[in-house]
Amino acid sequence: MTGTAVTSDTFEAILAGTPVSDLVRASLDATTVDVYRAIGRAEAGQADLWDFAALISPAGGGLLEEIGQAARRVTERRFGRAVHLFAPLYLSNECLSTCIYCGFSKDLDIRRRTLTPEEVQREARHLLHDGFRHVLLVSAEHRKHVSPEYLELVLRRLHPDVPSLTIETEVWDTDHYERFREAGCEGVVIYQETYDPATYARTHVGGRKRHYGYRLAGPERVARAGLRRIGIGALFGLHPQWREDAVALAAHGDWLVRTYWRLEVTAAFPRMRPSASGFEPAHLMGDREFVQLTAAYRLFLHDVGIVLSTREPASLRDGLLPFGITHMSAGSHTEPGGYEQPGDAEEQFAISDQRSPAEVVQVLRARGYDPVWKDWSAALAGDALEAL
Amino acid sequence: MSLTTTPTTTPTGPRAGSGGLADDPFVVAGRTLRSRLFVGTGKFASYDLMRSAIEASGSEVVTVALRRVDLSGPAGQDILDFIDTDRFLLLPNTSGAADADQAVRLAKLARAAGMPDWVKLEVTPDPRSLAPDPIETLKAAEALVAEGFTVLPYCSADPILCRHLEEAGCATVMPLGAWIGSNRGVRTRDAIELIVQQAGVPVVVDAGLGAPSHAAEAMELGADAVLVNTAIAVARDPVAMAQAFAEGTRAGRRAYRAGTAPARQAAEASSPMTGFLEGLGPA
Repeated sequence: MTGTAVTSDTFEAILAGTPVSDLVRASLDATTVDVYRAIGRAEAGQADLWDFAALISPAGGGLLEEIGQAARRVTERRFGRAVHLFAPLYLSNECLSTCIYCGFSKDLDIRRRTLTPEEVQREARHLLHDGFRHVLLVSAEHRKHVSPEYLELVLRRLHPDVPSLTIETEVWDTDHYERFREAGCEGVVIYQETYDPATYARTHVGGRKRHYGYRLAGPERVARAGLRRIGIGALFGLHPQWREDAVALAAHGDWLVRTYWRLEVTAAFPRMRPSASGFEPAHLMGDREFVQLTAAYRLFLHDVGIVLSTREPASLRDGLLPFGITHMSAGSHTEPGGYEQPGDAEEQFAISDQRSPAEVVQVLRARGYDPVWKDWSAALAGDALEAL
Repeated sequence: MSLTTTPTTTPTGPRAGSGGLADDPFVVAGRTLRSRLFVGTGKFASYDLMRSAIEASGSEVVTVALRRVDLSGPAGQDILDFIDTDRFLLLPNTSGAADADQAVRLAKLARAAGMPDWVKLEVTPDPRSLAPDPIETLKAAEALVAEGFTVLPYCSADPILCRHLEEAGCATVMPLGAWIGSNRGVRTRDAIELIVQQAGVPVVVDAGLGAPSHAAEAMELGADAVLVNTAIAVARDPVAMAQAFAEGTRAGRRAYRAGTAPARQAAEASSPMTGFLEGLGPA
């Protein structure tokens, strides 16, 4: 039994029927009274998208403390004080897609490589030694170097040693995801980057990634393939009005948890970082707005995990914890081979929190959080149990 | 915004001003209903009284126990002779069925006799509690959906069972508010809240609603409709009670649509969380 959809709708159809610009206008016009009402409804689990719009509003910015306190209560009630730790492992920066903001974009003249399965294993051993039990395999989009067969092989090699493997690669068909699941893959991360088709078309100009709809339906294919986890997100800095992508991301999370109820959904709100692309963001969401969005998302979707990467600076990461964060990376390298041989290839973007995993764990403990390295093993879902 | 029939992902407009009922259609398996009160036909003192009470309830959906229908009896005396099927959607139910096979057989007999292929599925093996059997209900639902029936299952107020019934293709889920005939109200409140939040099909709270305030409570929680039988049938004045339930149901729905203010927690002292932002420089 997999995550069967109860509706024939796709999220693309749902999003087309969602009055995103009305919601953003309502957000810009929201009053303090609207925000207080939204906080109350959201904490009680009764929020709709109009409440979410109020929570991310400029008026809400003036009530950030109140929104934050409510988000903290909801987070502690639902997740306790556990923070799940994971590390990205970059497999390849070879790419056939042209995305004007990305440090791996096809036409950039950078040092590129794809790790051999043996090199991947060495990187994984490094991460296991650091304590990680959840590894996110990341790669750029190159069908020849990072083929489904390559991914399957890598998953099968790592599967015995790494309890939890997720992937963030180009998007694939349902049957590919089924093969990855059988090879030990537990979940998939697909950031839509931007939910606005026009902005998407402007920033994704070549290669397979330019297909907006195929990417948007990716999480649905992942769910149908029976994987346990899906990570969604938008890259903030692409769309000039960040609230549009925030509203769409809220609608997406809401629809996914309703439609594919067996799926564990996480969301992330990465902000653009400097990279070899030299891309200048249209508008960068400010720190206060970033914190506000985190808290609003938590209040809107109580059960969705929120992921925070090392692209944010240490002081912000630490302060943001109680606002709803449940998953964190630490000590990340964003270049293939970066854990064993840092600097051998170009990184995707510059990380900001440079602390080691051990230092991050120390900070978590000092702040009363429980760092969780392992909370599932793909072996529990596979043939291993049937053999018992 | 309804969390059930209208997914939050497809709101049609700002919440403000949407407290009316004209813009609040209730659709079950493609059929639009004006009333959110379903009524049962058991336990009335007479069929005449039953007919008047149904009339007063404003209901459009009337459920009848198939086992009580006697299609071979003398004309004008069967329960069906007292229900105008041009005005009311007749919802045959399988009450009395002790397992999936019996329920499926009852439904097929009804269809063969020319009754609608909508069926309120009830499987109650324990004649004392009349508690619905979750396992046999799911089996029967799967079989009936495969046979082309529109299935409205009476079930335990269990969120995962409701998920399964929805996935099996049921047109609604009908979790119980309390034991059938008990008039105890929405005893399954916490479960109903969760079921309503997650459901992709209408949620009809069935069984146990003993007073109009109970119907209102279920509707305030976001249920799409309620089904009432005993409380109307055995009231001193069933006709007046039917009317009262109609009003309670409407009031609860209106309150839900108006956005019931959640109970607030008492203020709690907590250390400020946003102080760290001061040290981060200009936003």
